[in-house]
Amino acid sequence: MNLVFSWDWLPLLGKGTLVTFELTVISIFMGFFLGILLSLGRVYGNRLAYLVSSFYVQVFRGTPMLTQLFILYFGLPTIGIMLPPFLAAIIGMGLNSGAYQAEYFRGSIQAIKGGQMMAARALGMSQWQAIRRIILPQALRLAIPSWSNELIYLLKYSSIAYMIQVPELMFQGKRISSKTFLTFEVFLVVALIYLVVVMILSRLLGTLEHKVKIPGLGVKGRASL
Amino acid sequence: MDRLMVVWNAFPALLGGLAITVELALAFLGLGLALGILLALSRIYGNRFLASIASAFEQVFRGIPAIVFLFLFYFGSAQIGLNLSAFSAAILAMGLRSSAYQSQIFRGAIQSISSGQMMAARALGMNLYKAARHIILPQALRFSIAPWTNEYAGVLKDTSLCYAIGVTEIMRQGRYIVARTFGNSLLIYILIAIIYFILVYAGNRFFSFLEARLRIPGFETKGERTERI
Amino acid sequence: MANNVTLRIEDLHKSYGALEVLKGVSVDINKGESKVIIGPSGTGKSTLLRCINRLTQPDSGRVWLDGVEVTDRKVDINRVRATIGMVFQDFNLFSHLRILGNVRIGPMEVKGMEKKEATELAMEELRRVGLADKADAYPAELSGGQQQRASIARALAMDPKLILFDEPTSALDPELIGEVLEVMINLAREGMTMLVVSHEMGFARSVADEIIFLENGVILEAGPPDQLFVHPKHKRTAEFLNKITELYGETSK
Repeated sequence: MNLVFSWDWLPLLGKGTLVTFELTVISIFMGFFLGILLSLGRVYGNRLAYLVSSFYVQVFRGTPMLTQLFILYFGLPTIGIMLPPFLAAIIGMGLNSGAYQAEYFRGSIQAIKGGQMMAARALGMSQWQAIRRIILPQALRLAIPSWSNELIYLLKYSSIAYMIQVPELMFQGKRISSKTFLTFEVFLVVALIYLVVVMILSRLLGTLEHKVKIPGLGVKGRASL
Repeated sequence: MDRLMVVWNAFPALLGGLAITVELALAFLGLGLALGILLALSRIYGNRFLASIASAFEQVFRGIPAIVFLFLFYFGSAQIGLNLSAFSAAILAMGLRSSAYQSQIFRGAIQSISSGQMMAARALGMNLYKAARHIILPQALRFSIAPWTNEYAGVLKDTSLCYAIGVTEIMRQGRYIVARTFGNSLLIYILIAIIYFILVYAGNRFFSFLEARLRIPGFETKGERTERI
Repeated sequence: MANNVTLRIEDLHKSYGALEVLKGVSVDINKGESKVIIGPSGTGKSTLLRCINRLTQPDSGRVWLDGVEVTDRKVDINRVRATIGMVFQDFNLFSHLRILGNVRIGPMEVKGMEKKEATELAMEELRRVGLADKADAYPAELSGGQQQRASIARALAMDPKLILFDEPTSALDPELIGEVLEVMINLAREGMTMLVVSHEMGFARSVADEIIFLENGVILEAGPPDQLFVHPKHKRTAEFLNKITELYGETSK
């Protein structure tokens, strides 16, 4: 096997990696706020909130992210909405991630014993105060492992955004490979970059989890990375 | 309405794509299952060398985006003289990838079985193989159903990525139809989304049913796993 | 209504599905009195307490706290709850807050107290229950008895008119019960109005003004401890009292 490599590829790949980071960070935060809204609606809201939240979550988890991106980028123009690639990507990834994060938060909210809410209400806190001061701080901590998982997932799946013309890492890889015809080698480097980034990120998130740990606020067997 | 006519005419092609989608999913899951069990057993019961190879394999296959693997296997196969079709390259790439995730599922399930079970089995005189086969695996399989449902859904949705290397699964069929009929992209892609949704939903229902059927009274099955793995 | 009636419960009914757990319960508690509710499990004792601060909604019947009708739909229930303290069997301390945080969050969030003032108040209550040195610990780092005392401090920090105790020592190891009962006895002697669901007969005998025997959703008998122990009106009362004294002994002095 004859493998060729060139240092010239790196600047372009570096640019692409930056865009990958942008995509990931913006989407995870969009998903975060959306997820909290949806999970609170599902657990504490009225029947309508419950139905809307459940429906949303089922739809976005039941269909591929690629299809969602295609609907946003190729489909919407037919009704006159033209989204630029980056915007379409973060909207799609954000909406998608919101559905998953909603489920993680729902799970962690429900894992907190009912006694916490009872004690808060017994003190005279309103439901909103209780949610804000007692339930959410615990639920968010409990959800950290799932959230870390989600962050890494988004980083990897941002790669499909190249198909809607977003200049992230995959896109740059394709660009270089179509110029040099060295598809295998180029993507080997791309793969390596993803691997290194993921490993570093996992390490960082693990330390974060450790730092924010509170004794007695247990995290029960979530999927590790 | 001629929009409806478009949908009607598109159907056969879409169904053809659907068939490929389902084939791909089954192949990925099948390969993933076989290899996944092996990896899980290697990590739990294997010697240090075996376990670390399995661990490294998992780290690599979970640390790189699926689409990169599709490209690597498809274009890389040419490098070593093995001219794989897009379809075969996809199965190899995604099957191996699924095995890394399924290994995690089985490992979790096996480890959640109390060590007393293995102890009792060995005390009876069973060797490792017998103990695994008759005592550990039957229980582990039950614990695996919930998270495996998650993997099923994930794999099914990931078949959409094979679009990128030219496999004519449902997304690519959709693209062809859109190209042929000019400007019905929203309709077609929404239709495709609905088809995926039905498949995922049906699968989830099936596995719930299976789990309920196999439930042993007094035996807690792990709750619904909702994470992407 | 007499001026010093702090809590009045009138004809409370509560059913869960087909099972009626409270079949018309009425109780009056005067300011400074301590009353203990006893009875077999599942007879609605906890339900009764939770109906008082409407954590559970009674089906019918009324409750007044210092002349204010708690069961009135129009009343601001959060304000009422702020004046009633509740101590739970499972403590229910807020796991993500340190002990100091647990005790001062009520005054700060519900009563709008300034942080400095609330902290001073919290430390005072913690001293009162003997936990000043544990202010920086997390609940999980404390023993059961310490956690329960902390939860009493949390209730006290709200300056309540009445404290409800729902089997406060049932979840504790035997050796830890004493420290909690000691705090409760001191509170009673200092004049706190208390309604306690408990099996601790030693406590009942030393400070209770009245023991209420609740069985099958009705009050079978109620009276001062000596009356119930020495001259119970019902055979059933005598039976039950014998059983628990036998099982639990007279743990506190």
